Amino acid sequence: MDDNTGPSRRPTLGDRRKERIDALATAGTVVDEPGKSLLRSAWERLRRDPVFLVGAAITLVFVVLAIISPWIAPWDVTANPLIDKVRPQSNPVPGPEPGHLLGADDRGRDLFSRLLVGSRQTLVVGVFATLLGLLGGITLGALAGAIGGFVDTVVMRIVDVMLSFPALLLAFTIASLAREPSQWTLIIAIATTQVPIFARLLRGSMLAQRSSDHVLAARSLGVRPRAIVFRHMLPNAMGPVIVQATLSLATAIIEAAALSFLGLGNPDQRQPEWGQMLGLAQRYISEAPHLAFYPAGCIIVVALGFTLMGESLREALDPKSRR
Amino acid sequence: MLRFVVRRILQMCLVAFVLSMLIFVWLRSLPGGPVSAILGERQTPARRAALEAALGLDQPLHVQYLRFLERASQGKFGVSTKVLPGEDALQVFLDRLPATVELSLLALFLAIALGIPLGYMAARRHGSAVDTGAVIFSLVGVAVPVFFLAFLLKYFFAVEWNLLPVSGRQTTGLDATRVTGMFVLDGILTREWDASWDAFKHLILPAVALASIPFAVIFRITRASVLDVLDEDYVRTAEAKGLTARVVRGRHVLRNAMLPVVTTIGLQVGGLLAGAVLTESVFSYRGIGDALATAFREKDYAVLQVLILMGAVIFVLVNLLVDIAYALIDPRIRTR
Amino acid sequence: MSLRRNAATLTAAVLAAATLASCADSERSDDGGGEGGGGDGTFVFGAAGAPEMFDPFYATDGETFRVTRQMFEGLVGIEPGTAEVVPELATEWTPNDDGTEWTFTLRDDVTFHDGEAFNAEAVCYNFERMFDQNEAGQTAGEYWGYVMGAFSNDAENSLYQGCEATGEFEATVSISGPTSGFPTMLSLESLSMQSPKALEEGDANGIAAEGEGFSFPAYANAPVGTGPFTFGEYDEANGTISLARNDDYWGDAAQTSELVFRVIPDESTRRQELEAGSINGYDLPNPVDWAGLEEDGNSVEVRDPFNILYLGLNGEGNPALKDLNVRKALYHTLNRDQLVSTQLPEGAAVATQFMPDTVSGYNTELEPYAYDPEEAKRLLAEAGAEDLTLNFAYPTEVSRPYMPDPEKIYEALRTDLEAVGITVNVKTASWNGGYLDNVTAGKYDAYILGWTGDYDSPFNFVGTFFGNLKENDFGTEAYPWGKQLADDLKAADAVVDDAERGAAFETINQQIMDEYLPGLPISHSPPALVVGPGVEGVVPSPLTAEEFDSVSVGGE
Repeated sequence: MDDNTGPSRRPTLGDRRKERIDALATAGTVVDEPGKSLLRSAWERLRRDPVFLVGAAITLVFVVLAIISPWIAPWDVTANPLIDKVRPQSNPVPGPEPGHLLGADDRGRDLFSRLLVGSRQTLVVGVFATLLGLLGGITLGALAGAIGGFVDTVVMRIVDVMLSFPALLLAFTIASLAREPSQWTLIIAIATTQVPIFARLLRGSMLAQRSSDHVLAARSLGVRPRAIVFRHMLPNAMGPVIVQATLSLATAIIEAAALSFLGLGNPDQRQPEWGQMLGLAQRYISEAPHLAFYPAGCIIVVALGFTLMGESLREALDPKSRR
Repeated sequence: MLRFVVRRILQMCLVAFVLSMLIFVWLRSLPGGPVSAILGERQTPARRAALEAALGLDQPLHVQYLRFLERASQGKFGVSTKVLPGEDALQVFLDRLPATVELSLLALFLAIALGIPLGYMAARRHGSAVDTGAVIFSLVGVAVPVFFLAFLLKYFFAVEWNLLPVSGRQTTGLDATRVTGMFVLDGILTREWDASWDAFKHLILPAVALASIPFAVIFRITRASVLDVLDEDYVRTAEAKGLTARVVRGRHVLRNAMLPVVTTIGLQVGGLLAGAVLTESVFSYRGIGDALATAFREKDYAVLQVLILMGAVIFVLVNLLVDIAYALIDPRIRTR
Repeated sequence: MSLRRNAATLTAAVLAAATLASCADSERSDDGGGEGGGGDGTFVFGAAGAPEMFDPFYATDGETFRVTRQMFEGLVGIEPGTAEVVPELATEWTPNDDGTEWTFTLRDDVTFHDGEAFNAEAVCYNFERMFDQNEAGQTAGEYWGYVMGAFSNDAENSLYQGCEATGEFEATVSISGPTSGFPTMLSLESLSMQSPKALEEGDANGIAAEGEGFSFPAYANAPVGTGPFTFGEYDEANGTISLARNDDYWGDAAQTSELVFRVIPDESTRRQELEAGSINGYDLPNPVDWAGLEEDGNSVEVRDPFNILYLGLNGEGNPALKDLNVRKALYHTLNRDQLVSTQLPEGAAVATQFMPDTVSGYNTELEPYAYDPEEAKRLLAEAGAEDLTLNFAYPTEVSRPYMPDPEKIYEALRTDLEAVGITVNVKTASWNGGYLDNVTAGKYDAYILGWTGDYDSPFNFVGTFFGNLKENDFGTEAYPWGKQLADDLKAADAVVDDAERGAAFETINQQIMDEYLPGLPISHSPPALVVGPGVEGVVPSPLTAEEFDSVSVGGE
């Protein structure tokens, strides 16, 4: 397993995934380069890239909706105005009617409002899972990249083992570990799967910078190591981190849906969340498939939006593809 | 080479040992447990205590673990309480393994058969509409949750259009001889073609759903890797030398581009296992994933333990095989 | 490499083409039954889970009993479609005066599947076999322990005291004291009669606790009974259990020659398989699907409710709940009519007491507590508990006949409670993952739980809830009336005369609801089962104990 230090260098466990992350780590880093900066040229490419524009548009709409939805939703998502129309056999899921664009869910709550407000919880799960993953990743990655030596070896060994474990199984394991499941279990479970990715990314980026001119300059000026890490190295590593974070948002939303499907979602179902709505809709799959299709469609579109944006960002930042 | 393999296997044993301890402690520190699953509403503290005592669950954790190690050294990994009560957990794993292997192989085959040619094509026409289309197709594949895709496939192909069976592994009442436990193979071995064909039809939908994960990855890696190789000097040289496109493609591009793809395929095994939990549940397909889900729901400690452990072992073994394959393909490594 | 790739693509193309071609003839080819009527054909039933093994004595769950019920019979049976006790292997039984010795007259025309004769000796062999269990067997033999209280090593505390063959076809069973449960409890699937020879040869009592489970003897996978079907095989890889018709059955021969149980854990998949025609029926269809299933030509058979869902309360953790008025206030907050009509299947009813109306001892005089939030607020204010906070819990990952979807029932109850200003802390755990432990350990102030009756006995309901003073989920020991209630229940249970006993339980039910109110009975909910077109003869049983020998599978 000591693939980096062993006498006969052999590609092993998880190498390819690591390589991808490492490539990204070096890609977006600002290398002391004269002339047009990488970021600016990337932006110019992106502006004309239809894939990026579509992805960004979806993301923008989603984020805006997530923020304003509680004010524009026609109904309170926890109220059940149509509960008296619900009859388990004859009318399990009340259909559309004036004032209720998509009808209600199985508890008489306005479906359209729940979908709308669901965007907020979904974003919360995605953002917090990514942020926590990033936080863990920064801690580990900065530790390894900045200190190096023994700490580096130990931390990266742990990270590699985590990377080699299938993400969903890892999340499943952690979510099922919780004594009292809540939305936070879900977030923490997903965040854990993101930690190794960010850690490796940051470490790679740090290593690439350690010998770069601006770091050397800062060091020779007597700037304290901690300040170098936080003021010079971390900000410069943000490019690839943003790319990865965008992609992580997509996987987080999909994984949240999968965990909800397996019954590990948020047990308090008052505040709607798409993954959870999809999970709950299973019971109505034969009689009211629309209950599943709406949240599933939303998840797919939003996940696609983040992925399209992330992938085109990645390509734009890749110096190799700039030719 | 041999030393390398031996060292890796020893490392694997160490990891498995540590993992077994972690899983053991973790499972037993969870609330509930097999006793709740057995007693249900009839549970009272006294009845619970009696059952726990009978099953040895009242002992301190380290005593339980030592007992487990003692039994494990005799090849006994604990008795299943719910998945297949009375059977040794390892036997449960071995019984279920062929089903998942059969499913994963077909899924992987589909992913490769579709991913590599498509990735190659997209790379050759980099920037064209074909490329963009293929990339978007693969990204959509990533964005659709596996279980939802499985559900859609089942809903349309099995229920609405009645083209393929809804669930299970083989039609009930079909008289088929069992040899390996992989039903398609069994049918071929015993020349019971109808059984083989029937089992194959049951495999198609879950395999397609399961293939969606590795497909997207294989496609993207192939595309990226072919793009890289096309840029390399030796390919340009070859082209400049006037070698025919076919020779360039076959001898230079594909061969070199395949290296990362092979590793990627190896890496997919873990993802397949995770995906199998989801697809097998949707299709009530009796494999490892289904057993894992049942064992988790019913708190079947012994089975959970063995399945997670074996999953890790398989994962490491496959990676070892991939590394060996890598060495065989890449002459630079082979010469050492 | 290039060549190999082409080969791969080619194979894929061929496979795809072949698949498409096959689509035409695959339609309906999976049809399990339908090979003409007239007592032939196969009835394929979709089971929700795999059976544990096949010896009913050690079994604990419904999926196992569903299979063994087709192969085994007890001395006492249940009239199909009811919860009433009727003769089965015994034609009649008479107690002595104090109800401690019961003489069973047996059928003389019965043989076990292995050809062994069924007689008084076989009956006593069975009783002794069940009574005489090793340590593992005592915990695995859940139901015996539950109804009889003890095994041979603790004979004094056992209800069962002995069995004697007083004639070739006459067996006398003695018990320690009269109870409403005997001989009704002999209709329990676990206490069925099994072939002495097969029990002996298969070392049936050789159960052992190994690791963390029980390892079962050979007999557990080769059961021999007297019923209308004999054991075929358990195809674990495919998840099917097949039984064959017993052609030498003493009663009317089964209507189908083969009975197959196919394990399909996912509920919506069971429905889809039924629609595809590859199974002929399944248990517990989702109430949402009932109408759709009927439209498609299936018949949904609704059973009479034989269960109770209640909101359990525990005063230990929340002293405010020890006040009867607070408990009554909580009861008045619940809009149970709305709950029953919007969340439970048709046929469900609001409960007035801790047992369904099919059980003797049901008090018809009792009226449900009215939905009256104002009264509730008044009572709460009176008790000084306006700012009551409840740790109220529900289980996840479970569906029971009395609560098809716990989360939805919980949400409805919670909304009602919050409407009168009660603060509800949402607590939850999965059924097997701590919920039941927390309930028995008294960790929740309030929780939802229920009970499905094992057999027709009032004590099986209220006795289970409040009869055991030391250990019950309601913590009745802490109440001044707790001991009185437990004693009253035991006294009522020991009454030999049916009518007198019924009256005694009616009084107790009245007291429980008016004076004690240890918990709040919510509703009774009818579980259903569904069979496909052409299937006839299914008699839904309130005990969910259907016998499939009367089922025939017609052509389409």
